[in-house]
Amino acid sequence: MQAEKVVELKKTALRLRFNVLEMIGVGKAGHLGGSSSLAEITAVLYFHKMRVNPKNPKDPNRDRFLLSKGHAVLIQYAALAELGYFPREELKKVKTLEGLLQGHPDMKTPGIEAVTGSLGQGLSIATGMSLALRLDKNPARVHVIMGDGELSEGQLWEAAMAAVNFKVDNLVGIVDRNRIQATGPVVEVFNTGDIPAKWKAFGWNVIEIDGHDIPQISAALDEAETIKGRPTVIIANTVKGKGFSFAENTAAYHNAALTEELYKQAQEELRKQMSELESAGKVRGNI
Amino acid sequence: MIIKLETKSLREAYGLCLVELGKRNKDVVALEADLGKSTRTVLFKEAFPERFFEMGIAEQNMASTATGFALTGKMPFVNSFAVFATGRAFDQIRNSICIPKLKVRICGSSCGLSDFGDGKTHQSVEDMAIMRALPNMTVLSPVDAVETVMMMEALVEVDGPVYIRINRNDLPIVTPENEPYKIGKTWELRKGKDAVVYATGYMVKKALDAAEELAREGIDVKVLNVSTIKPLDTKTIIAHAKGMKGIVTAEEHTIMGGLGSAVAEALRKESHAPIEFVGIKDTFGTSAKAYEEILEAYGLTAKAIADAVRSTVGK
Repeated sequence: MQAEKVVELKKTALRLRFNVLEMIGVGKAGHLGGSSSLAEITAVLYFHKMRVNPKNPKDPNRDRFLLSKGHAVLIQYAALAELGYFPREELKKVKTLEGLLQGHPDMKTPGIEAVTGSLGQGLSIATGMSLALRLDKNPARVHVIMGDGELSEGQLWEAAMAAVNFKVDNLVGIVDRNRIQATGPVVEVFNTGDIPAKWKAFGWNVIEIDGHDIPQISAALDEAETIKGRPTVIIANTVKGKGFSFAENTAAYHNAALTEELYKQAQEELRKQMSELESAGKVRGNI
Repeated sequence: MIIKLETKSLREAYGLCLVELGKRNKDVVALEADLGKSTRTVLFKEAFPERFFEMGIAEQNMASTATGFALTGKMPFVNSFAVFATGRAFDQIRNSICIPKLKVRICGSSCGLSDFGDGKTHQSVEDMAIMRALPNMTVLSPVDAVETVMMMEALVEVDGPVYIRINRNDLPIVTPENEPYKIGKTWELRKGKDAVVYATGYMVKKALDAAEELAREGIDVKVLNVSTIKPLDTKTIIAHAKGMKGIVTAEEHTIMGGLGSAVAEALRKESHAPIEFVGIKDTFGTSAKAYEEILEAYGLTAKAIADAVRSTVGK
């Protein structure tokens, strides 16, 4: 991946974080932690890898993006708004009676592929999509993002077995391994154990990456396309609340409201990261 | 009729129709949870192996996989015993299928007490109640093999999820074969002016037998087959209650939340005669040697319906 592309996607991830922050605003609870851990993965999928068509969200040939961890939908809204699936003004109206954007993924929103949020169901839905696409000889690919806390849902493992039984290879699972669930660290609340070993034992092709490293995310998705006869899962090691110093590696901002002060601090932190990227880009541009 | 029917078995009729629907539409797919010999999806598996998906003993994953199929242009039929298809996968049906109103068809086989030997864990006493409570869901309860065929042809057109409960046993045919059918139809199988019995499933035949018995006592009983439990044809239900001295509902299902409740809800703003419910009285099933034996033990008989009619008309 070219250095310019990497910087561009890093900036995109920051823009997505700005959008998430805008949606959460001041005094309204919102899932900051698990949305921002996904910013780079979402940026690479929507702005680099996936074939999507915002003008025709139901285009049968589109690649699919599903959040099994539906509570992180703010990061998907952030991307869909950037791509023009719906007007940006909707972001401010998220989770209101007047607005389009629900608290969890809902199919009235253009670009949302399934109703998720009751955890543990996304991989099954994605497997059904993969099987249907295969019946139709449609080359579209299906991506489904799960949480590491979510892996305690038994249905995910039913689906993990099914996808291998049916040898689907147009399916990519991504585990957002931010190591924190709603009420605390995964190892303390309910330890989901050796996650890569479990997926290997279930017969998946397993790739482990730094989930904030753009080239690694892209390379893992490239590799997944070459694997035939079985599905691939990308275990993405991430930081919950990434990009916001006060929210990193804590359960406190899994779903919380921001004070005026914290909101301003968050904006300032993102601006600083953006200007660092811009100056780095200029330096590279001069070489 | 989309198939030539030579059976009194509802599940055989269901399986044969599924094959016929598969022939007519290449987007029909079937999902099974290791009960295909009982649900009769084995017939579809033989005819269309590439469109048959054995999901193993994992009903939750089966329901959500069907969601994925429906979201990708297919018409999935999900199959298991009624108790597992509805209960084990309730949250999946609710959230991923009913909220977005997907065209998923759910077959609850061996419904009610019809799997008499396997006992309470395998018998569904509450499937209609929990499916009826879900917004966007259509709930069907065919009376015999003939109506099963009619329903299978009609249900493909329903814009949204459909639950159909299928009895395990051969049942007497009460449906006139050449009458037109559409989802929502209430069949008036016997005219009467004193009392009305709204029945569903095998209880329709029991109600017809009860009506014969009551006729000998001079009580003239109307018998209706209410096979679309939801959306209920409220207007027809109300019209048939007019002028009646007694109203009875009969179902092989708990009296809480099923047909009886639906009829009472429909009549709530009308002035109407006393209503009695014949059904399973807030209890689970049990193992029995024979179907008629278990129905007798649970008061799901022509005699119980006749007694209910007598009590409501005051005789």
